[in-house]
Amino acid sequence: MTDTKTLTKKDFQSDQEVRWCPGCGDYAILSCVQGIMGGLGIPKEEIVFVSGIGCSSRFPYYMNTYGFHSIHGRAPAIATGIKTANPDLSVWLVTGDGDGLSIGGNHMAHILRRNVDVKILLFNNEIYGLTKGQYSPTSPRGLRTKSSPMGSVDAPFNPLSFALGSGATFVARTVDTNLKHMQQVLAAAAQHKGSAFVEIYQNCVIFNDGAFEDVAAKGVRDDKMIDLRPGEPMVYGKEHDKGLRFDGLEVVRCSADEADVWKVDTGSPTPGFMMAQLDRSPDMPRPLGIFREATTDAYEDLVQAQVQRSIESKGEGQLHDLLYTGDLWTVEG
Amino acid sequence: MTTTQSPGADLPLQQHESVVIRFAGDSGDGMQITGNQFSHTSAVFGNDLATFPDFPAEIRAPAGTRPGVSGFQVHFSSRDINTPGDQPDVLVAMNPAALAVNLKDLKTGGILIVNTGQFADKDLKKANLDSNPLLDGSLDGYRVIEVDINKRVREALADTELTAKEVQRCKNFYTLGVLYWLYSRPVDTTVEWLRAKFAKRPEIAEGNVKALQAGYNAGDIHEMFQGRYEVPACDDLPPGTYRNIMGNQAVAMGLVAGAQLANLRLFFGSYPITPASTILETLAAYKHYGVSTLQAEDEIAAICNAIGGSWTGQLGATATSGPGMALKTEAMGLAVSIELPLVIVDVQRGGPSTGLPTKTEQADLLQAVFGRNSEAPMPVVAVRSPADAFDCTIEACRIAVQYMTPVILLTDGYIANGAEPWRLPEIDSLPKFPATFRTDAEGYQPYARDEKLARAWVKPGTPGMESRVGGLEKDSLTGHISYDPENHEKMVHTRHAKVMGVRDGIPTPEVVGADSGDVLVLGWGSTYGAIASAVDGMFAAGKKVGRLHLRHVWPLPHGLDEIFSRFRAVLVPEMNMGQMARILRSEYPTQNIISYPKVQGLPFFTNELVEKIESLLEQ
Repeated sequence: MTDTKTLTKKDFQSDQEVRWCPGCGDYAILSCVQGIMGGLGIPKEEIVFVSGIGCSSRFPYYMNTYGFHSIHGRAPAIATGIKTANPDLSVWLVTGDGDGLSIGGNHMAHILRRNVDVKILLFNNEIYGLTKGQYSPTSPRGLRTKSSPMGSVDAPFNPLSFALGSGATFVARTVDTNLKHMQQVLAAAAQHKGSAFVEIYQNCVIFNDGAFEDVAAKGVRDDKMIDLRPGEPMVYGKEHDKGLRFDGLEVVRCSADEADVWKVDTGSPTPGFMMAQLDRSPDMPRPLGIFREATTDAYEDLVQAQVQRSIESKGEGQLHDLLYTGDLWTVEG
Repeated sequence: MTTTQSPGADLPLQQHESVVIRFAGDSGDGMQITGNQFSHTSAVFGNDLATFPDFPAEIRAPAGTRPGVSGFQVHFSSRDINTPGDQPDVLVAMNPAALAVNLKDLKTGGILIVNTGQFADKDLKKANLDSNPLLDGSLDGYRVIEVDINKRVREALADTELTAKEVQRCKNFYTLGVLYWLYSRPVDTTVEWLRAKFAKRPEIAEGNVKALQAGYNAGDIHEMFQGRYEVPACDDLPPGTYRNIMGNQAVAMGLVAGAQLANLRLFFGSYPITPASTILETLAAYKHYGVSTLQAEDEIAAICNAIGGSWTGQLGATATSGPGMALKTEAMGLAVSIELPLVIVDVQRGGPSTGLPTKTEQADLLQAVFGRNSEAPMPVVAVRSPADAFDCTIEACRIAVQYMTPVILLTDGYIANGAEPWRLPEIDSLPKFPATFRTDAEGYQPYARDEKLARAWVKPGTPGMESRVGGLEKDSLTGHISYDPENHEKMVHTRHAKVMGVRDGIPTPEVVGADSGDVLVLGWGSTYGAIASAVDGMFAAGKKVGRLHLRHVWPLPHGLDEIFSRFRAVLVPEMNMGQMARILRSEYPTQNIISYPKVQGLPFFTNELVEKIESLLEQ
């Protein structure tokens, strides 16, 4: 086992040349992930990165850990196999809005409902990048792309609602332009036991530049975004003067003094859902941070516990017993 | 209850060498259970046997209709047999629909047991019959035994607590009792089975036991038959310990054994699909063998789960049928690219598309051998019978582990649900092929190869060997992404050479019957029984006919060309449009390959093959 205390960001950089477009948001995310890895206290040989297909899915090649660049949409199914077969591994899954919510939407729902202990980073750039600019399942309605010259007529997925609806036990959102926030959210995800789903707003400079500019640009983000911090009042604004509170089944704006405390440990996904719905309201701040944090048994532990229980109650199976059971008869020579 | 001092013991007892019985009734009548119990009892009694369950895809098609008819044919014998028999000697028809669907197959003069309790006008109407076959002369030429089983069961169970509906559900065991009496079989095995099966509902168990016993006694009391029959135990089976086995069961056991023989744990991901589902169900009960089973969200996820398991150092496996194979195709290509062991079981069924889910076919051969995008070679092993499934599954595991490759195991619905006696192997005689994991980081190159062209297997978690795998083309040594044209060509050739190299480790199949002469019948998969019966009979009659059965259908073993050249013609019977014949013609272009296709969702009959071979001999 390698000495984990000495691991730094550099230890997690592979010898492969990073080949994303200059200015791509993926660089910031890669740098952030490499940066937090050392602090997790996990030997790097026990960390694996699994991905599907797309720009984001090249990620494993750039991490000096074990990596598996699989096929389009199927990373959650492969990660489920890996984590269930060897629960000692720290499994990270990197995907995008197309890979994770379109072609792999089914697997994404199922890894979340099973609560497999995998950290899922969904890079959302609201566009297909690697196939050169078609609309994605998170593109806003009306987006003009190569495959929607008159504007997309598809209603988009809200990734957070998708994850919450699938029963994800940890759901969060961060943005590629706010390194500090990303570090905090990813560290919290790493600490969570169970599926952790993190949507990362990621800018595609080539095909959908500025997709999150209206809320995430440095000049406006303090007033246009709110960081949901568990146990703290829901306050935002450059002057920390604005707040949010619950009014029945609605979230309404208020002054900072009247803001409700953000609670995620109630076990209910409902507050998270209500916050995710704010995305649709132009006059409400866009929420970031942690939307749900709940504890329940992890899938791989349940699977392996049944194997263990079975071995304890029946004894370790021997081939002789496997074959020579039931009604046997002998033919004499 | 006594079975030694049977009623009717003074009736004449006639010995038969072999008998074929077909049980036919409504899907809800329990014909599969009845057939399986009769087979099981016959196996324990010491007969050789072969079975052919034939049931509709619908769980309960409308009661009493022709599409709802479920059948189970069993052939039991005092000699070594290979097939469930072409035509039944005895047909049990629980209702008019069962009679209408199956009568054409019954041998002339055969015994026909009809449940008259189900022959009211409304029953005839459901079966689309304009007149009552019991009255209109259409049963002339058969030995018809009419029994009102509905009524008899009602009488037999009159003093039980069972509801009228539950009483009628015991009809099949009454019928089984009649057949046990007729063929001098003991009822004990079934009684034990019933009591274990309904341990939590003893009143149901006892109701069925009572019905079974009543049926048994009825053979005598009601003077239904003029005599009883006996099929003595088979004495030409090789000595050893035997059990009865179904194909899917043997595959499940073979996977457990294959993993243990490789010193690995089995990691099985699967999605339920007819007729493969019982492999998943069987393995789910084998957890104490260290087996993990995942019921995946779909076919693609199932194989991806297994690939993930293989990457961590377990033996990944999955099982499916044709439509599921189609869905797994892309992931199979990934497994070819990352070069990890993986076993994919395809229990073939009739197609295309959803096709005939409960009927058998061999039409996935080309899909198995060639059906992936680009050049993605994989070894393919084919099972010939339920008992053979155990050995073939171990062989698939061996190839997967020794060559670091995904392997396809082809079986079919006929093998999956069919049963036969299985001479159990000595555990020590099974081949061992322990997997090795590289832990030495010094000089490690992920795509460096051994003499079999297999790359090293490294478990994530091994210090100092952090590396990446994936579906992009990779450098032939470092495994890094490579778009280099020469490297790609080298990798395509290497993957091909690795898979073709499997043939260096397998024997040339033996020719049975004539070693040279007129016709060599070449088979693969479940056509084995019918081919063996047909060829062995003709060879014994002096015809220059031989047979050869392929276990390894890709790559093909060495030596076939030379064998083929010793015969005037090579006949290839297949339950498809001639897929193996097509492969053989392309591999051995100078040989006289003759295709004999059958695509009815049914296995070949021995008679059909004999006729076909005869026609070739006359040419």
